[in-house]
Amino acid sequence: MSSLKPGIVLLCLFVIAPLALAKEAEYMVADPEMEKTVNEISAELRCLVCQNQTIADSNAPLAVDLKNQVRDMVESGQSQSDIIDYMVERYGDFVRYRPPMKASTMLLWVGPFLLLLIGVVVLVVNLRKRTAVIKNDGDLSAEENERLQRLLAAESSPQVAKRGDLSSQKAGEEKS
Amino acid sequence: MVRYLVPLIVFLGVAGFLLKGLELNPREVPSPFIDKPAPNFSLPKLHEPEAQFASKDMLGKVWLLNVWASWCVACRSEHPLLVQLSRANIVPVYGLNYKDEPDDARNWLRELGDAYVSSLIDYEGKVGIDYGVYGVPETFVIDKQGIIRHKVIGPVTPSALDNCVLPLVRKLQQATAQTVVKRTEVEGCA
Repeated sequence: MSSLKPGIVLLCLFVIAPLALAKEAEYMVADPEMEKTVNEISAELRCLVCQNQTIADSNAPLAVDLKNQVRDMVESGQSQSDIIDYMVERYGDFVRYRPPMKASTMLLWVGPFLLLLIGVVVLVVNLRKRTAVIKNDGDLSAEENERLQRLLAAESSPQVAKRGDLSSQKAGEEKS
Repeated sequence: MVRYLVPLIVFLGVAGFLLKGLELNPREVPSPFIDKPAPNFSLPKLHEPEAQFASKDMLGKVWLLNVWASWCVACRSEHPLLVQLSRANIVPVYGLNYKDEPDDARNWLRELGDAYVSSLIDYEGKVGIDYGVYGVPETFVIDKQGIIRHKVIGPVTPSALDNCVLPLVRKLQQATAQTVVKRTEVEGCA
């Protein structure tokens, strides 16, 4: 008996529970093909009460009403663009989740590319400036060259080597 | 110098946009209906459900259509002002009783006073959708030709009434069929 129990649990989890879900979904949708169209259109329309959701996502009463309106219009055979036009006529462009290309929305559409362009221009100008600076650094005066040689010579002097010894000595102390 | 000026200008630009953003109200979606014909409808009256009200019958008159419901809290705060307005007899106010139970609506009017010449039952909210209503209350100003000239979103305040709605109504009432009065002519409506 006890060996049967996990089997029953698994049966409930993987066979019966999904059945229950499937049944609920079936109950909601009368005509799945049409419902798909309704959902597609609803996903294009903004819920005006909860403004960052589409009416497909929202359960606000107005969203439900608008979804019903969309369903009615799909049932009567109207096309997606007819339905969206109907909504825009009533609620303005704001109701569209994807704003249309218009003179007033040009900045919205072009803005990001404009910023990218500005960024690229600034980058190129700066890079050019920098390479110019690096190239110029190659041409040192005689005086600067002399100083450079002096500094390079100092680097290989025993003083530096001594410092290196000191650090290795210190590391040895820490180990012990 | 330029090296310091550029970030400053960019900063001021961004700050300017953000400051403007603070003033904007995202809830106020400009109605595409302003200066467009009001959709025609025919609905039963709240107090005599057998009788129909047709919006066409209002042609030739300036009138207000106030969308309200007994479940709407903001309507309650706006209502005394509407009652006052209707007593002043300046302009007829009609109510669109939006998605409400007629019994609740009648009780509500009995309690708070009835500001409306007539209230119309929009039980399913279909006319509301036709008018692009997305919240209650909303008030439409409709001219003699049946064209929507203004829409107040949210409760009508005394200042909105005095500075915009009433001056606009007066201008619209004086207008003839040939003259077009737009809300932009009234300063307080901007």
